[in-house]
Amino acid sequence: MKYKPLFIYLFISSFFLTLVNSIWKIMATLQGLKLTEINLNINFLLALFLSLAFILIGKRFNHLIKIVILSLIFTFFYILINEGAPIWYNAGILLICLFFTNRLKNYDLNFLREDFISEKIVFDFLSLFAIVFFAFVILFPFYLMFVTSFKTQAALLFNPLDLSISLTNNLTETFKSYFVIFNTYDFGRYIYTSSIVSIGTVIITLIFAIPAAYAVARLNFFGKTFLSTSILIIYMFPAIVLVIPLYTVFSQLGLRNSIEGLLIVYTATTLPVAIYMLQGYFKSIPKEIEDAGLMDGQNWFGIIIKIIIPLSLPAIASVALYVFMIAWNEFLFSLMFLDNPKTFTLSRAINHLTGDAETPRQYLMAGSVVVTLPILLIFVYFEKYLVSGLTAGSVKG
Amino acid sequence: MTDTLSKIEKRTAYTLLLPAVFLVFAIVLFPIFANIWISFKEVQLKDIRIPEPRAKKIVKIIPEDKTKLKIVYRLRNSSLIQDINNIKFSDTLPNNIEPVDLDSRCKFKSKKIICNFGNWEAGYKENFEILIQNTNNREIDKRAIKDQKPKLSGDADNILLTTKFTLKNFKNVFNENEFLDLLLTTFYFTFFGTVGAIIFGMFAAQLVNQKFYGRTFMRSILLFPYVGPVVALAYTWTLMLDPNSGTLNALLVNFGIIDKPINLLGQKYLILSLFGFEIKLRLALTTVIMFEIWRYFPLAFLFILARLQAVPKDLYEAAEVDGAGPFRKFINITLPQITAILSILFMIRFIWNFNKFEDIFLLTGGASGTRTLPINVYQQGFAVSNIGMGSAVSIVIVMLLIIFMIIYFKLIGKRANEI
Repeated sequence: MKYKPLFIYLFISSFFLTLVNSIWKIMATLQGLKLTEINLNINFLLALFLSLAFILIGKRFNHLIKIVILSLIFTFFYILINEGAPIWYNAGILLICLFFTNRLKNYDLNFLREDFISEKIVFDFLSLFAIVFFAFVILFPFYLMFVTSFKTQAALLFNPLDLSISLTNNLTETFKSYFVIFNTYDFGRYIYTSSIVSIGTVIITLIFAIPAAYAVARLNFFGKTFLSTSILIIYMFPAIVLVIPLYTVFSQLGLRNSIEGLLIVYTATTLPVAIYMLQGYFKSIPKEIEDAGLMDGQNWFGIIIKIIIPLSLPAIASVALYVFMIAWNEFLFSLMFLDNPKTFTLSRAINHLTGDAETPRQYLMAGSVVVTLPILLIFVYFEKYLVSGLTAGSVKG
Repeated sequence: MTDTLSKIEKRTAYTLLLPAVFLVFAIVLFPIFANIWISFKEVQLKDIRIPEPRAKKIVKIIPEDKTKLKIVYRLRNSSLIQDINNIKFSDTLPNNIEPVDLDSRCKFKSKKIICNFGNWEAGYKENFEILIQNTNNREIDKRAIKDQKPKLSGDADNILLTTKFTLKNFKNVFNENEFLDLLLTTFYFTFFGTVGAIIFGMFAAQLVNQKFYGRTFMRSILLFPYVGPVVALAYTWTLMLDPNSGTLNALLVNFGIIDKPINLLGQKYLILSLFGFEIKLRLALTTVIMFEIWRYFPLAFLFILARLQAVPKDLYEAAEVDGAGPFRKFINITLPQITAILSILFMIRFIWNFNKFEDIFLLTGGASGTRTLPINVYQQGFAVSNIGMGSAVSIVIVMLLIIFMIIYFKLIGKRANEI
């Protein structure tokens, strides 16, 4: 019997169970539960006993019976130690425990004799740990944003830990922040402006980028290599170094506070990456298809419209979604160019809300939900296209 | 024959490229060069507006005589700094209405009052009055007079186009005692932000490359921080970290981990004592770096995942036959396979983090030791309102960028196209 794998197993599995339980406790606290002790040591010991019992029992019982009984015992002791919690909280602990013991299915004393078992255990639990960690760290701010938008300022100041959404209130009370931002702060208009700017940028960028990308991908001309490297180099220059000259010129031309001005800047800044992404795809289209088109007497316009565009719809969709995302999320130029509330985009409007320190935070968060939700929905729905766009465009960001 | 064909091809290529190239040159390349021009000038934000002559028209009724009206033009030079030369003024009167005793600078011709006001110095103001009467002896319609807007024109120097240059801006940029601090802060932020994002991205990619239940869901949510709008996310973090009623501080105090709330975004240093040494941690900067890592590790994740999925499976099988454990497999197979992509990622992300503006601006506004070069551009240009200084800082950024790019292309430029 090797003791090293056993100790590693006991330590790391207990650590994992304690972590998951602690996250559950934090989430429960945020529902307004008064839990003030994290009891890390005791919970860790308890988890240690559970892991030990699990491995000692081994495969002598039916797996299902084993995990149910062990989980019930664990939960019983857990309740004894952390008294005063409601039923749903303890039910959560039981579920976590069931999930955890089910994960341990393979583990018994024989299993610990396998080759490289310590490393396998470490990797196994490390990836479990990573799933929980990443999911929690990433989703928590989004959760907070969403939940805060349903609270009131008074309730948040009274107890910042009570983020529960009360379902007993009527709907108008729950969604009050949303009514306020749409009625008082005119968010309907900002959504409209943002959509116009984003969709407009996508259309104009594609109109400019498709012919240019075709030329770079297919035609021979003087300065081609120079052009394709300079596309990448131009792409590397950040918006912050363009801001001052553009601000001065746009002020003098009267393009500030106008949607046209934003459209011009967004199109120009997304064009290099659009051309770069499209020309790569165009190169992969077999040249014979175009030659056939040439034989039919098509000119370049006909070839682009009738052959290239239909064949490269997936790539065009990626570019369109990527450009849409950039334009929808853009902040620096809208901050610089817009100071009249009538021309605000959503991002600029939310920034404007914080300018007034009196603005209650639930309005701010409701605004944030309004700007975040569409882009996340689009992302989840078109994930395949957007991911390939992101991978190609991720030199920037 | 082939000659003409290639000529046509060339012409087509230039026609197709022209609109895009023109737009990019005008909006991206031109400003970079314009920065050089502006950075050698003393320009304030208020100088940008070209001075223009303005007139506010006020119509006054004369109660004793309804056939007459008094028009007062409040004339002024919109600029407090610059003169305007050769000012022309014109206003149209309705039919049958004539001015009485017109000012000597003006003429009345075919229903129009035309005046030549000459030069106005900076901040010039004048109340210019005209008495008008109806030749039909009827009452004058006040509305009709008021609705007609006067036209003014004048010549003024555009301060941006003059040829007065100065080195003052650059002297100020480099003589500032804070310049070194600024540069160091920028490098801290850039370096740790980049390395952190790559490390987390590597872990996440390694994770998603395994098979487990809910893997596609995990891949989606891993990209959320990058896909979400920076404004919304930055404000959510600000609220979360708020010392007074932020969730994080409230949680930590609740569980007794800290005694009193920490202002994570507003405190410059945190003094830690570790093994008897006192360490001064740049607290606000660290928090901002955390946000940066949180927001941009998805990009590193995407890149590394794409590479990991291309690693041949039989490499791992062969290693298994040779008796290698998971750790050795990672060190001896995975890591060598992804070093190329890691170095490219590092360079690219380094350049981009170096230029990051929005994140820091929204979280701290550059306060409590988080002022980086891009933040300085904004502060000089728009908070201090010194456009010239802002441009000079931009030039410094561009110079450093060019150095980075040369290094980038020297080291890995050729390999960048292979991925």
